[in-house]
Amino acid sequence: MDGKIIVDVKGVSKTYEGGVEALQDVHLAVPPGRLTTFLGPSGCGKTTLLKIIAGLIEPTAGDVLVKGRRISGPGPERAFVFQDFALLPWANVLRNVAFGLELRGMPVPERHAVARTYIAEVGLAGFEESYPSQLSGGMRQRVGLARALAVDADILLMDEPFSSVDEQTRRKFQEDLLALLGHQRKTVIFVTHSIEEAVYLSDRIVLLSRRPGKVSRVIESNIDRSGSPDDIRRDRNYLDAVDEIWRTLKAYLP
Amino acid sequence: MLVFGAWEIAGRIPISLAFPTFGETVAALLALIADGSLIKAYASTLQPLLIGIAVSAVVGVAAGVGMGLSRSLEWLALPIFIILQAAPLAAIIPLITYIYGIGLTAKSLAVILLATPVVVMNAYKGIRNTDPSLIAMGRSFLGTRTQQILKIMIPHARGLIFAGLRLGLAMGFVGVVVAELLITPTGIGDLITYHGSVANYAEMYASIVSIVALAAVTIGALERVERRLFRATGAAA
Amino acid sequence: MTIFGWRIPLAASLAVWFLAWEAVGQAKLSMIVPPVSAVVVAGMELMPTQKFLSAAWITLTAFGTGLGLAIVVGIALGVLMARVPRVGDILGLWVNIFVSAPISALVPMLMAIVGIGQATVVVTVFLFAVFVIILDTEVGVRQASPSLLEMARSFGASRRQLYAKVLILAALPEILAGVRLGVIRGVKGVVIGQLLISIIGIGEMFELYSRNFLMEEFWALVILVFLFAFAVSESVAWLERRIEYYAGAR
Repeated sequence: MDGKIIVDVKGVSKTYEGGVEALQDVHLAVPPGRLTTFLGPSGCGKTTLLKIIAGLIEPTAGDVLVKGRRISGPGPERAFVFQDFALLPWANVLRNVAFGLELRGMPVPERHAVARTYIAEVGLAGFEESYPSQLSGGMRQRVGLARALAVDADILLMDEPFSSVDEQTRRKFQEDLLALLGHQRKTVIFVTHSIEEAVYLSDRIVLLSRRPGKVSRVIESNIDRSGSPDDIRRDRNYLDAVDEIWRTLKAYLP
Repeated sequence: MLVFGAWEIAGRIPISLAFPTFGETVAALLALIADGSLIKAYASTLQPLLIGIAVSAVVGVAAGVGMGLSRSLEWLALPIFIILQAAPLAAIIPLITYIYGIGLTAKSLAVILLATPVVVMNAYKGIRNTDPSLIAMGRSFLGTRTQQILKIMIPHARGLIFAGLRLGLAMGFVGVVVAELLITPTGIGDLITYHGSVANYAEMYASIVSIVALAAVTIGALERVERRLFRATGAAA
Repeated sequence: MTIFGWRIPLAASLAVWFLAWEAVGQAKLSMIVPPVSAVVVAGMELMPTQKFLSAAWITLTAFGTGLGLAIVVGIALGVLMARVPRVGDILGLWVNIFVSAPISALVPMLMAIVGIGQATVVVTVFLFAVFVIILDTEVGVRQASPSLLEMARSFGASRRQLYAKVLILAALPEILAGVRLGVIRGVKGVVIGQLLISIIGIGEMFELYSRNFLMEEFWALVILVFLFAFAVSESVAWLERRIEYYAGAR
């Protein structure tokens, strides 16, 4: 296994009980240190694929290799950010962010110290004692992100993390995420159904076809990310990529 | 207030010989408290209620949690409890009293019989309906099965379990009152029957009002505690 | 539950319980547990008897009348409380008290006022069932989406149409949930009422059998009453499921 691939998906298929075929013979190699997006219409199995990589769902056929080793379940090198946040409603922000470490048996003072760092990192300093029900959707997802960062996994798996967040919050969150990843050096796999989000955030976009999901194209984007977020959104390559993806995806729509 | 006024007027008309006014009832209530008979009655009524609820709580929560965790237990016990929850279990109270006599055991059993199904069902639902996304979260952060139960499922079920105990207590009140009215010549049920039989209607009403009020106040207070403990954090189901 | 890849239906576990019951009964472990087969035989013999049929008829009439009244009054009061704030303020507290109060304590009072007889059982059923129906109807009507009401008004709905075509239907899922709970409570009410009066219907038979230790007949009667309770509550649950398609889409 060469060092250029961190997640290797080999011939993965998934047929759910009852016969729904979600994925069919998916092959995919994810390079380390970059942000890869799975993009496709609803029901194309992109979340299923992400959850298989996370080890939360067993594939019907095929293997997933992470750092060259076949996975058989969740592992410490992968952390998941959930679409519906999956925060413990009875626990405050501090405990929620520290929850991954709590499950690993880290003592309270240490895990709270780590959690505080990441709470500040995602911009929630001051909300440590708040409960999820007191936070907005965008803030809740920041808690989910901080929890995933706190366990210091190399790979972040994000399942439509911004889909239940309003447009303005979402833009701000995307910008913050890019800034954060700039100095965190993580491999990120990101699932979305928004073309703009995929192009804005990622280096590589994996287009999945309609059910049963297959990899239809992999697009490497060459967007200049040195400028401000608004520069990126006006970048020629950005606009072209959005256009091209839309033309490809249109073919899959009924 | 308006309701009490209507009662007073209805009592004065009078609707029926067996319908005292509100004022008479209050006076009778005070008299019953003063001569100690109400307090004595409650000592004998509340003891089986508390014993019964304690037993129901321990047994019921354990059974419900067990059913929520184990598919085989669920398969075995769920249909029984679904039926028991809808069934008029009070029908069995006469049998209990003919077997265990008219003492504490029979009354406690009546409470346990009526209270347990709802305690079990609530604990079961609380565990079984844990948000699947929280379970997936626990798995993705490498939680063990024990951690999943202790740190995710049980905390999730707490609100429903508490509500089950509150509903169980309400059923327990019914159980103890029916047991006492049916046969056991003790407690608040006896006070009601006795004063009814000698046509002391004001005293009879006072006793009824006292038990209804006690049940309402206790259950209302528990409901408020429940809201404080679980709703504030959004943890109630 | 699956064994060797076969899915065993949930209700099949009842067979296991009946087998265990039969074993305990055959082993004569306890005097109050006769074998279930003997209970079934007793039940078969019991059902066609004049005594059972008239008791069942009296019980069903009391249950039906009390429940019917509770549904009509409960829905009407529930709608009224939700739509007229002053009525809601005055009655809300009392409905909340009586929805969880031991209504059984009121039966002696009813016996004194209404007399010892069928009427008292009817009122008991009514009181057991009505409060939960009021409460759920009120919640349902209150939750009816304001935009539905505005829509109806903007299309020129009359007051009657507003209630009949929008409010009641919008609240139907909650109303039916209340009716189902009311039905379950009503069955409990009719049994408790008859037990306490102890001279009519099924209640008298329960008393009679347990006093004379006729355990086969007693358990047969228990099973019949439980089956009835389950059947009526399931039929309302079936109605609830039929309208579930829009209960979710609000």
